Amino acid sequence: MSEKTAKKLLLVGNPNVGKSALFTRITGVHAVSSNYPGTTVGFLEGWLRRGDDVWRVIDVPGAYTLTPTNEAEEVAERMVAEGCDAVVVVLDATALERNLFLAFQVMERGLPVVIALNMVDEARHKGIDINPVLLEELLGVPVVSTVAVSGEGVSRLLDRLREASPGRAVPSTKEERWAAIGRVTEKVQKVRHRHHTFLDKLEDASVNSFWGLVIGIAVIASSFTAIRFAGEGLIDGLLDPLFERYWLPVIRYLSGLFGGGGFLHDIIIGRLVDGHVDFEQSFGMLTTGLYVPVVMVLPYVLSFYAVLSFLEDFGYLPRLAVIFDAILHRMGLHGFAIIPSLLGFGCNVPGILATRVLDSQRERFIAATLISVAIPCAGLQAMIIGALGGMGMKWVAIVYGTLLFSWLLLGRILHSLLPGFSPELIVEIPPYRIPSLKAMALKLWMRISGFFLEAVPLVLGGILLISLMDASGITGVLSGLLAPVFSGLLGLPAEAAAPILLGILRKDVAVGMLATLGLSPSQLVVATITLSMTFPCIATFIVLWRELGGKRLAASMGIMIASALIAGVSVRMLLSLNV
Amino acid sequence: MTPPRHPGGPAVALRDLPNGAFGRIAEMPAKDGCAERLEALGLRVGKVVEKVSGMPFHGPVTLQLDGRQIAIGWKISSSVLVVPLSRSGGAPRHHE
Repeated sequence: MSEKTAKKLLLVGNPNVGKSALFTRITGVHAVSSNYPGTTVGFLEGWLRRGDDVWRVIDVPGAYTLTPTNEAEEVAERMVAEGCDAVVVVLDATALERNLFLAFQVMERGLPVVIALNMVDEARHKGIDINPVLLEELLGVPVVSTVAVSGEGVSRLLDRLREASPGRAVPSTKEERWAAIGRVTEKVQKVRHRHHTFLDKLEDASVNSFWGLVIGIAVIASSFTAIRFAGEGLIDGLLDPLFERYWLPVIRYLSGLFGGGGFLHDIIIGRLVDGHVDFEQSFGMLTTGLYVPVVMVLPYVLSFYAVLSFLEDFGYLPRLAVIFDAILHRMGLHGFAIIPSLLGFGCNVPGILATRVLDSQRERFIAATLISVAIPCAGLQAMIIGALGGMGMKWVAIVYGTLLFSWLLLGRILHSLLPGFSPELIVEIPPYRIPSLKAMALKLWMRISGFFLEAVPLVLGGILLISLMDASGITGVLSGLLAPVFSGLLGLPAEAAAPILLGILRKDVAVGMLATLGLSPSQLVVATITLSMTFPCIATFIVLWRELGGKRLAASMGIMIASALIAGVSVRMLLSLNV
Repeated sequence: MTPPRHPGGPAVALRDLPNGAFGRIAEMPAKDGCAERLEALGLRVGKVVEKVSGMPFHGPVTLQLDGRQIAIGWKISSSVLVVPLSRSGGAPRHHE
């Protein structure tokens, strides 16, 4: 398939109409889709072979209009302006009138169009009947009914690509366009009387000033409980026993081969604790290096993304934006910023990438900095719960409480200091949908394999680095240099300096190291808070650099280090009053 | 202060419409970025909307338009003016 002979096909449509699902159907390339607007800010491309034609298929970011009102629409407008051999305009059959606005804009530009009238199943459920034949006649372009998630109609849609045509639309003003759309809609659409279903009532209740809060609290509390329950269950019931039973004998055998000690033994197996291999404390590449990502972190990552994928595909997240808008508005953001923040609880990287859905540089800076400072990723959380949970949940609660307080306070401070204003929320709230298990499983698989590819090498690298730094004496020198900060300000032993610095590779390993130092609970709390809030791990650092640019990154890092020290010292002082 | 008159009666801010009540949009916010965005979502003069809810502490207002829910910030919801419709006279909610 050569790029020169291939024809170019654009998939264009409003946000959240199923473009990404259709793209996956057509090209076999997996695009992440969710039930909220703005999942695709960048664009994806894939290939399609149909008859003698080879198409380069581009999934254009969702846009309501080609007169751009945000970044995604700017990208969409540019891509449409570049021209192509055909455009599939994906329409949401449940909101035909509004969706036709974009379709008209594309047709008015003279581009050859085929219309995918998508979600016809959902429209039927809602009592909306659309006559595709009449719509085709009125617009003068091929119209095919589709259900992208199930694949219904997709083949027929592709068969008609060759008939793509700009139709009868002529360049017109906004008012003329709306009038024309009104005439078309009236002719092709029939809306039947329908009773409120349970989901309809739940939709209304979810944004109600009282029930919305009740539901919001219930959703958040039950999500955390489910994640913890499933995570712990997987660790204690499956992965830890598997490791003890099948991996430990292998390690013991290898340890014997290496003679139970020495430089190589320390790197590969780690140090023996009371003469035994300890998966959590030995710190060898094959022991702690595998145990931390696979046994301690993976279960939480898996259960977090399972819950998140469900909430995403069900369509709950935009309701959370409504609930959090009043708070976030006082932090220089609007409610939609809650979605990147929630993603950050899995991994800060996708969280920060998702801040692109926010409108201004100012918002993106505030949101990205707040995620780096105060949103612990799943790996870090797994280790915090693992290390502190055993000493009592009170300590875990202190860490989370401090992070939450810092999030609120820092947001407020940044909002007052940075010039500019809080933008207003304008968001379409999708209907609730019962998620497709297959789509959820696929998304979960993509996220988990992403975690594996990224985390395991970094954890192994981190552990190798720790061994080398220990052996070469660098750890000792660093600890000596940083001792004034750590013992003087934070009340931590000098050895805590190395793990906190190593947090730059991966924070979960760093907590693992802190846990081996024999710290008191309050010291461990101060250390994990400082570690969580201070500079980001390497992956987050790179994505922050790319998203914010050098200057803003430097400012953001300064804020992180200052917040970490202030929070660490404050918590140390508060705890010393109490304990 | 007398409310502005519009064909069909006095107009009120969308946020002041009771939950569950319908109104016909009489005035949209002055031209700026947010007006374009609202219009792209289908909010324009003459459309009938139902106010679904308003969140406390100057939180957003959720409205229903053509069977779709849209949430807009408190400030914007003060500058969208609607003429309240009586339940019998107004357009029924799209899926009722």
